[in-house]
Amino acid sequence: MSIKTFVAALAATVAVAALGAPAHAGATLDAIKKNGTLRCGVNTGLPGFSAPDSTGRWSGMDADFCRAVAATILGDAEKVQFVPLSAQARFTALQSGEIDLLSRNSTNTLTRDASLGLFFVGTWFYDGQGFLITKAAGVTSAKQLDGATVCVQSGTTTELNLTDYFRAHGMKLQPVVFESFEESYKAYFSGRCDAYTTDISGLASLRSVNAPNPDDHIILPEAISKEPLAPAVRRGDEEYFTIVKWVRNAMIEAEEYGITSKNVDEMKASSENPVVRRILGASPGMGQTLGLDDEWAYRPIKQVGNYGEVFARNVGPESPLKLERGLNAQWSDGGVLYADPIR
Amino acid sequence: MTDTSRRPGTSAPDGTPPRRSMLNDAGVRAVLFQIIAMAIVIAIGWYLVGNTLHNLATRNIQTGFDYLSREAGFAIGETLIPYNATDTYARALWVGVINTLKVSLIGIVFAMLIGVVIGVARLSSNWLLAKLATIYVETLRNIPVLLQLFFWYGLITEVLPAPRQALQPIEGVFLSNRGFKMPAPADHPAWWGALIALIVAILAVRFLLARARRIQAATGDRPKTLIPSLALLIGLPVAAWAVMGAPLALDMPELRGFNFQGGISVSPEFAALTLGLTLYTAAFIAETVRSGIQAVGKGQWEAAAALGLKPGVTMRLIILPQALRVIVPPTTSQFLNLTKNSSLAVAIGYPDIVSVANTTLNQTGQAIENIALIMLAYLTVSLSISAFMNWYNKRIALVER
Repeated sequence: MSIKTFVAALAATVAVAALGAPAHAGATLDAIKKNGTLRCGVNTGLPGFSAPDSTGRWSGMDADFCRAVAATILGDAEKVQFVPLSAQARFTALQSGEIDLLSRNSTNTLTRDASLGLFFVGTWFYDGQGFLITKAAGVTSAKQLDGATVCVQSGTTTELNLTDYFRAHGMKLQPVVFESFEESYKAYFSGRCDAYTTDISGLASLRSVNAPNPDDHIILPEAISKEPLAPAVRRGDEEYFTIVKWVRNAMIEAEEYGITSKNVDEMKASSENPVVRRILGASPGMGQTLGLDDEWAYRPIKQVGNYGEVFARNVGPESPLKLERGLNAQWSDGGVLYADPIR
Repeated sequence: MTDTSRRPGTSAPDGTPPRRSMLNDAGVRAVLFQIIAMAIVIAIGWYLVGNTLHNLATRNIQTGFDYLSREAGFAIGETLIPYNATDTYARALWVGVINTLKVSLIGIVFAMLIGVVIGVARLSSNWLLAKLATIYVETLRNIPVLLQLFFWYGLITEVLPAPRQALQPIEGVFLSNRGFKMPAPADHPAWWGALIALIVAILAVRFLLARARRIQAATGDRPKTLIPSLALLIGLPVAAWAVMGAPLALDMPELRGFNFQGGISVSPEFAALTLGLTLYTAAFIAETVRSGIQAVGKGQWEAAAALGLKPGVTMRLIILPQALRVIVPPTTSQFLNLTKNSSLAVAIGYPDIVSVANTTLNQTGQAIENIALIMLAYLTVSLSISAFMNWYNKRIALVER
């Protein structure tokens, strides 16, 4: 709601004003340890990325990243306070210090990276924007959408890409922009719009979970943009930024070297591979460099799993979303997932 | 200082002028406290602004209004002025302001009309009419307006069929979940001629009424004005239209591609927002009107009845003019409420100033500037409405002789 945005923006103003002196390096880490909980901003409900399941537990790729960071810093993956945020409120919430980590399918772009007072820690999910449309419309390509009414959520890169795509192809666009994700897809399913647009993973989630009849809808083949979705932290605390960045690298590298939540103890005890030994802290030193203990990467892998496990559990072919690994496969498997080496 | 400012008990017993602390002087103290209060306010403001700027700078968050001249890059669904995605953020925001004004103005006019009708109906001696008006007021003003907006929006988008199966109650009028489409006269200079003729006719009628009033004041006989007025209002535009070619061509909406093209269209978002705000605010205005009428003494009714005036005439010429003095100030607040509530548009996808500014905020990240612009826009509109209503209130105020 608009009131929420207002409050968030006002809160940001007041909080930014009231914080006084700029945060010194490491202040965020100290605050998280002192609170004993990681405040993590997530989507208000995007199955596969972050949404409460039937028991009220937040699940999804983004939620699992929050857990991984909590496991590293606090030792327990469950010490996360999930803060559901709208697209509108997310960056303000991070700027104002309402959350410690933003893990909410946000696209890393130059403008955001340079001007919003935040750092993106590295892509967690490679996505692209697409269109969802009813089969009855008889459309097979996004290039046939001239004159179409398209429902979209405001405050996203989606809204700009949509306009760019229609401009580039000389087509007429009739956008209907909603602040809330729920209202925007409800309008599409009620027939207010011809098409719905967001990231393709989001479309898959919508179709499988929210559509009254999933078979009535198709996702058009075109991906009209690159959407590298990345978690973000506040600027001004490089020490904490570095830790979060390396949690991501550790999860991805764990998959590359075959370390899973199942075999992590066994590998720690007996692996001869120097890379595995460094990741799991069997050869000491890495954690200290980050200002942490040597089990900093062992804990998230043990408690949450490696990247491949997180992917399979939340969005993979076995989940309701049924997404292929695609770009999100390891670089050695034809994807673009390429962790910086832990050494 | 004169003796009159000295409070009892402050003069010394021996009669010499008392030694008085400046702090004990009421006048000095009043000024002093105001200075202190002012200083505190300025200091807090200074601290907040300074700290905000400092923190924005340390976090590398951009500030300033330079972004307003950059290309907006997003499309807006409904615009009254020409706009496309290559225009600037400033123009996009202006489109939003105009959309807010459009919904507010139309809402205020209809809320006032419905409010007066319902308010009068509540006092009607017709039992059924009075009860229906009561039910209307009690239902609509006790349900949050946001829910009502969702209700109307849901009604339009869920109940009405898709464009291909659009309802067609009258030839050329289509109702679908994409909105209402009506035929419009095809563009022709004759329509503009008719519009100018209508304005001329309105001015002429005003002159006619003023003349009638003068003659009535001088002679006691009021010349008939109704028929010449109607003749002017209808005759002049029709004559202008006929002289300039009497074009009959209509721009009919027709289904092309995804949606209807041509004609006049009302979007579901605009329809739902106007309907919701109008009906909600009308309930409050109805209560104001009712209390205003009840505030006029019973004697006025009796005196009018004694003169043999019919109830309708009594209401129009005697009761309402007096009730207006009670009705206008609270109604001003209702107009302001309606305008401010239009910001809920963002929930149902109508591109008002809040919606456009929110998009701008998210694309540029400049929260403080955009929120300031939203506040400035509402402040300007609200103060304008308030100033106008205060002027009107003064004009109709009882002139005591």
